[in-house]
Amino acid sequence: MAEVLVLVDHVDGAVRKPTLELLTLARRIGDPVAVHLGAGADEAAKTLAEYGAVKVLAADAPEFADYLVVPKVDALQAAYDAVSPAAVLVPSSSEGKEIAARLAVRIGSGIITDAVDLEAGDEGPVASQSAFAAAFTTKSRVSKGTPVITVKPNSAAPEAAPAAGAVEQLSVTFGEKSTGTKVVARTPRESTGRPELTEAAIVVSGGRGVNGAENFHIIESLADSLGAAVGASRAAVDAGWYPHSNQVGQTGKTVSPQLYIATGISGAIQHRAGMQTSKTIVAINKDAEAPIFEVADYGIEGDLFEIAPALIAELAKP
Amino acid sequence: MSLRIVVCVKYVPDATGDRHFAEDLTTDRESVDGLLSELDEYAVEQALQIGDDADDAEVTVLTVGPDDAKDALRKALSMGADKAVHVEDDDLHGTDALGTSAVLAKAIEKTGYDLVMCGMASTDGTMGVLPALLAERLGVPQVTLLSEVSVTDGKVNGRRDGDTATEQLEASLPAVVSVTDQSGEARYPSFKGIMAAKKKPVESLDLDDLDIEADEVGLEGAWTKVEDATPRPARTAGTVVNDEGEGGKQLAEYLAGQKFI
Repeated sequence: MAEVLVLVDHVDGAVRKPTLELLTLARRIGDPVAVHLGAGADEAAKTLAEYGAVKVLAADAPEFADYLVVPKVDALQAAYDAVSPAAVLVPSSSEGKEIAARLAVRIGSGIITDAVDLEAGDEGPVASQSAFAAAFTTKSRVSKGTPVITVKPNSAAPEAAPAAGAVEQLSVTFGEKSTGTKVVARTPRESTGRPELTEAAIVVSGGRGVNGAENFHIIESLADSLGAAVGASRAAVDAGWYPHSNQVGQTGKTVSPQLYIATGISGAIQHRAGMQTSKTIVAINKDAEAPIFEVADYGIEGDLFEIAPALIAELAKP
Repeated sequence: MSLRIVVCVKYVPDATGDRHFAEDLTTDRESVDGLLSELDEYAVEQALQIGDDADDAEVTVLTVGPDDAKDALRKALSMGADKAVHVEDDDLHGTDALGTSAVLAKAIEKTGYDLVMCGMASTDGTMGVLPALLAERLGVPQVTLLSEVSVTDGKVNGRRDGDTATEQLEASLPAVVSVTDQSGEARYPSFKGIMAAKKKPVESLDLDDLDIEADEVGLEGAWTKVEDATPRPARTAGTVVNDEGEGGKQLAEYLAGQKFI
């Protein structure tokens, strides 16, 4: 069976959930070969094998952290040359998409980004994507070269399928362009202890109606009582009330949770683009005319400062 | 020596309009008005600021697109860019991101550059890969997704807010930079700017001028093929209740009914 490269997204060997989804999707096309760059390959290999990696190609070098993107492209290309895969799957993070794009140029292949599903097809893998603020679903395939496809989080339910997953060292020669952009400082984002926004089953978001950074604790409390991630609309982020890393919408994250609670968010097209594929949408808004109600399965017209605390109190009841 | 800045911009259908696919499954440009992609305005803005801070700079805006795409160039010129380059050719219809990056790279090289500026993504295709593709093709550093950017002494510095960390980046010119919508509000064209833009030069280039064969681009030359585009069933509005003091409780009951709690 043909092999499929899967670039692993991990933090020091702790494999992130989207990688398990990629392994699950990769098995529809062929045998997944994981590519692990950075520290912790032996630790990661256990998880990768459990989800179907037939082997793990591992490389660690200071270049991966010291320079932007290109060293990882060099490594993924080395894996490509070693394996001659049927497809290359990469997580759809901003860095993942950049790595995939540069690899596609180098190996003379087409690229599809932000796939939300993947199936085997007669002429190669067929990727589903959401287009025009999720108004359309498209099906596309790469028509030249080896398909390079980036896949969004929550595109598949990870399914275990134990395989060998033996770690093999990948030999990487860094090109002269690999040190072009130096990372002179890195400040890891502080963990909030909440689920990742793009991976969470429930997301609670706040918008203009939250009316100040000092009020966002209400959104956080509601999120915590549901075990949810916290999101914010662009209006709230632009106003400086909440970090950009939590922005949901066209220029932020796209989320597709089981439950999305929009609190004080009017629901402009740019916001809906980032959340309207959520399974169930709940909206709380003072304005009966807010467009968010047009996409909400359940809406409450009212003051979030009364409704949210009341809901938190209800949730706290045994 | 003058700092040569080339800003890549895209003419896109208005994202607030009812966007569709055309019969050949390319973006339908007829049914919705086009404009300069909002996210590219941030790139124009940062280019103008970097230009202002340099002793001597020339800001060129570049687009690949149909005749109407001149509107996007005109907007960027009215914001303050010095000149424009429009790559226009009937054979370009249906070109994908890889093809577009090849055309842009040739046009950038022909124009001459020290710094290429891009927005973080287009508002129609939303791939966000073009800056990386350009850097790969041009063989220069990519300094991308910056929320802050400055150019001093032949170096680009910037802050990249990634998914897991904030990084401070540095690279030597020439380089490809992309900026996010967090990089600073884009200016509105002044009346004076709009009048001045009418007199600024717009150079038109076709595939011959760039030594690109027709079969390397367009729908036939594309590296990817869209096989199907289906409208997603519109979400229908569900129940909306008016809070009369019981809203929190009603919502809890709804969530329990849906088995979320």
